[in-house]
Parts: sequence; C-alpha cells; structure tokens
Amino acid sequence: MAQLDPSHSKGEADQPYLSLQGLSMIYGSRDGPVRALDQVSLWARRGEFLSVLGPSGCGKSTLLMIAAGLMRPSSGTVSIDGQSVTRPRTDIGIVFQSPVLLEWRTALGNVMLQAEAKKLERTAAERRARDLLASVGLAGFEDKYPHELSGGMRQRVSLCRALIHNPHQLMMDEPFGALDALTRDQLVLDLQQIWNERRMTVLFITHSVPEAVFLSDRIMVMTPRPGRVDRVIGIELPRPRTLAMRETPEFAAYSREILDLFLARGVLREH
Amino acid sequence: MERSRAQREWRTRVSGVIYPIGVVLGVLVVWEAVTRIFGVPAFLLPPPSAIGASFVANSHLLLSNGWITTVEILLGFALSIVVGIPLALAIFLWPVFSRSILPLLVSSQAMPKVAVAPLLLVWFGFGLLPKVLIAFLIAFFPIVINTAVGLASIEPEKIYLARSMGFGATATFFKIRLPNALPAIFGGLKISITLAVVGAVVGEFVGGDAGLGYLLMVANGSMDTALLFAGIVALTVLGVVLYLLVELAERLAIPRHIISGDKGARETF
Repeated sequence: MAQLDPSHSKGEADQPYLSLQGLSMIYGSRDGPVRALDQVSLWARRGEFLSVLGPSGCGKSTLLMIAAGLMRPSSGTVSIDGQSVTRPRTDIGIVFQSPVLLEWRTALGNVMLQAEAKKLERTAAERRARDLLASVGLAGFEDKYPHELSGGMRQRVSLCRALIHNPHQLMMDEPFGALDALTRDQLVLDLQQIWNERRMTVLFITHSVPEAVFLSDRIMVMTPRPGRVDRVIGIELPRPRTLAMRETPEFAAYSREILDLFLARGVLREH
Repeated sequence: MERSRAQREWRTRVSGVIYPIGVVLGVLVVWEAVTRIFGVPAFLLPPPSAIGASFVANSHLLLSNGWITTVEILLGFALSIVVGIPLALAIFLWPVFSRSILPLLVSSQAMPKVAVAPLLLVWFGFGLLPKVLIAFLIAFFPIVINTAVGLASIEPEKIYLARSMGFGATATFFKIRLPNALPAIFGGLKISITLAVVGAVVGEFVGGDAGLGYLLMVANGSMDTALLFAGIVALTVLGVVLYLLVELAERLAIPRHIISGDKGARETF
C-alpha cells in the first residue's frame, strides 16, 4: 500500500494539478477560536480520483470549500497548475451534499443555469444537457420540477449541472450522504462510469469507507478535529470496479486498514 | 384505481366549495327565521332578505362609492409597492441603512396609524390623497419586512454555487436571490392588499365625502342598518376580489412553486 507523502512531488517535472499546502482554518466561535484544519497538505494528479475520508467535523467540507476558492484559509495556499487560487474557481463543477436545485426551474433549466453562467451557446448546451440527463437515467424527466423528482434524481440533476461545461475538476462534498443505500450504490456506479469516460480530476469528500475505496485512486484519511492528514492510501484495485469486488479480500483489506486507523484514533470504539 | 383516485380528488375539491356555501346558506336561513319569528326590529338586525333588497335598491350608490374606495385602495397599495420594495432592497443591500432605519421602521409600527388619520386630513384636506396615504401607511410595512426577509433567507449553498459558476453580483441577484424571495414577497403583498382596504375605509371614516366607508357612516347616521350591512358585504366582496387578484398575479409569477405548496397543504389537512 503506497503511502504517498505530498512533499515528494514538489519540484518534480510532472507538477501536480491541484496542490494544497499547509492549510489551516481557524473559526471564531463563542467558546473561542476553533481549529478546523491543521496544516493539511495534499495534491492530486490530473485525472486522479482523490477521496478525503474522515469523521464528521474533521473539516473535510471546509477543505473542499478552500480548494474551490470559496473560502480563504487562515494560512496555507491552494494552487492549480502552479497558479495560486485567490478567487472562486469557475472552471470546476461542484456537487454539494444537498442538490441545491432552483425550485422554480425544471431539471433541464437547472442544468442550463451553469451554461448561462458560462455563456455557452444555447442550442448546443441544451443538447448536451439533455444527453447528460439521459446518461444518468433522467431521459423523460427534463421538464420536471425538483419537487417532482426523488432525492436520487435531484442529486443526478445536480451532477449534470456540475458536468455540462466539461470542467477540469469535479468537487463533491458528501454527494450521496443523504440518499438511501440502493440509490447510493447506483450513483457510485454512475459516477465511476462518468469518471471513466472523462477522466477529470475528482476531489471527493466522504465519510463512507466502502464508497471511498470503491471510487478512489487514493484516499486521504483525516483525523478527528482538528483535521490533519492521518494517512494517504493508494487503492490499487483494477478498473472498472464492480459491486462484486466489494466482497474480495483486497477490498476488505483496504477497508480494514482504514477502520483500524479510525479505531486507533478513537473515531470508532469496539466495546 | 387511477380513476377512483381522480374521483376522490374531484369529490374533495367539490366538497371544499359546496360545504362552506352550505354553511353560509344555513346561517342565512336561521338568521331570516329568527328575525321574523321574534320580530327583531330592522334597525337592530335586518333580515337577510331586507339586506338583499337594500343591496339591489342601492346598487348604483354602492357601485359608484365602491369605485372610489377601489381607487384609493389600489393607489395606496401601488404606493406601498413602489416605496416598500426599494426600501427592502436598501435594507438588504446596505447594513448601515438597515441598522439605522429598521429599528425606526419597526417602532413606528407600534404607533396606531388610525391615530394619524386626522393629522393627514389637516395636512392634505378631504380629497383622495389622505385616504391613499393612510392606506399606504398601514399597508407598506408587511411588504418591506417580507421582501427584506425573503431576500436575506437563502441557503448559503445557492450563493456558493452561483459564485463557483461565475455569476456576478447582479446575475446572482436576478437569477437566484430574487426568484428565491418571490414567495415571501407575494406573502407580503397579500397581507398588504387586505390592510390597504382597512386603510382606505379608515380614511373615509375620518374625513370622507365619498366611498364605501363614507356610505357606512351615512347609513349609520340615518339608522339604515340594511344599507349598513349591504355596504359591509360590498366591502367584503371588494377585499376578497382584490386579494384573489394578487393571488392570481402570484400564480402567474411563480406557477409551479406555489401549486406544489398548495398540494402539500391540501394533503396534510
């Protein structure tokens, strides 16, 4: 199991696509300052599927917001292709835990919001939006409003909205956290398929061990608050991965490693 | 099965109309019977039939005065929108403005605006203007508060999303924040239109020479209780029609959103 240290990649010829250096985040709260992130460094190659796995409150969502340029860290830097990020990045697609759809727009209209923001040519963008919706099983639902769709369908619309402009990077903040187990499995498979076709860089925030192992090239496991990098685990399972693979000893060994880490840190307790 | 469900829905909808009408008719019949059987004097409580007769006999009077009141209400309501929405925008956009104006605005609402009516009469005479101003004073506050609250209350993720998509401040406002606030704004408009009716009538009470409020005072003075009731019915109808017009505008502005809300409400009851 490859343990990759972010410092190794520095200065090498193949510069990482995304690089976060020494990120710390301190919030002011009623009980004084709270340290959400502590000296977190990570990097991702172009086209890599990188998961950040950790318990609730370890600051992993904050990490994504910083990486997206939507929040400023208290200290540390974010860079893309060596360029420092100082403003919200518009070249990415974001999927939040909730679908964040506009209730007054149809499924298609919600996907097209991204196209309007990017001023994409309308007919071409609309064709693309319809193709995307169809590719995640939403053909025939283009003109439905969010309240007419199930939770899983809404999250699929949200995913299409994040993809319509062919982003270099997809950032997902526990995107399947609010869904039932079966819908989750389907969306994980859908996401793998999408990533296989496009190979964009993915930063995937999750607290689900099987989800992270199933999808990732590498998993960065975080400690409980304040969030630090605990261990980076390379997942060397063949792709495309299948549901049956979750029952294999290799898959189990990865899960075991992560669970042992959680047990050692007190995130989980076996009584 | 689909069919029986549709039938059931239709039946619920019909009973939603039939039952209240039935109750009203029942009350009218009892009312008519009681006044006749016990010989209640007409100046105390006229029977519904006498009120109906008065309504028909005075229909011209009710219409012409009703029109004047309608104009006062609509002008007051329009003024409430024209002043209220920009005020709410300013409160939302400039925190300093909000901090300095909002407390004054809220405490001004504790003042009974009816008490200001005589003052407005002194300043603006007996014409249309003081009635419009009283209607405005009573009606504009809900628009300001609802619009300001509607604009401010939005999931933070929607704003994050807009920023990550690359929308500027203006586009974010018009594409996301304003439509998001529309249900709240229309909530304010619906309260406001009913208050504008109150305001116009109060203005006519205090110093009117025309309008339904004035007609009520005249009927009262001449002990014409049947006409008094007819005036109240006319005012009620006017209020309901104006409210429904605002609701219609709401449905045109945000069809899906509201229809879904209605459905949810109907299912819970």
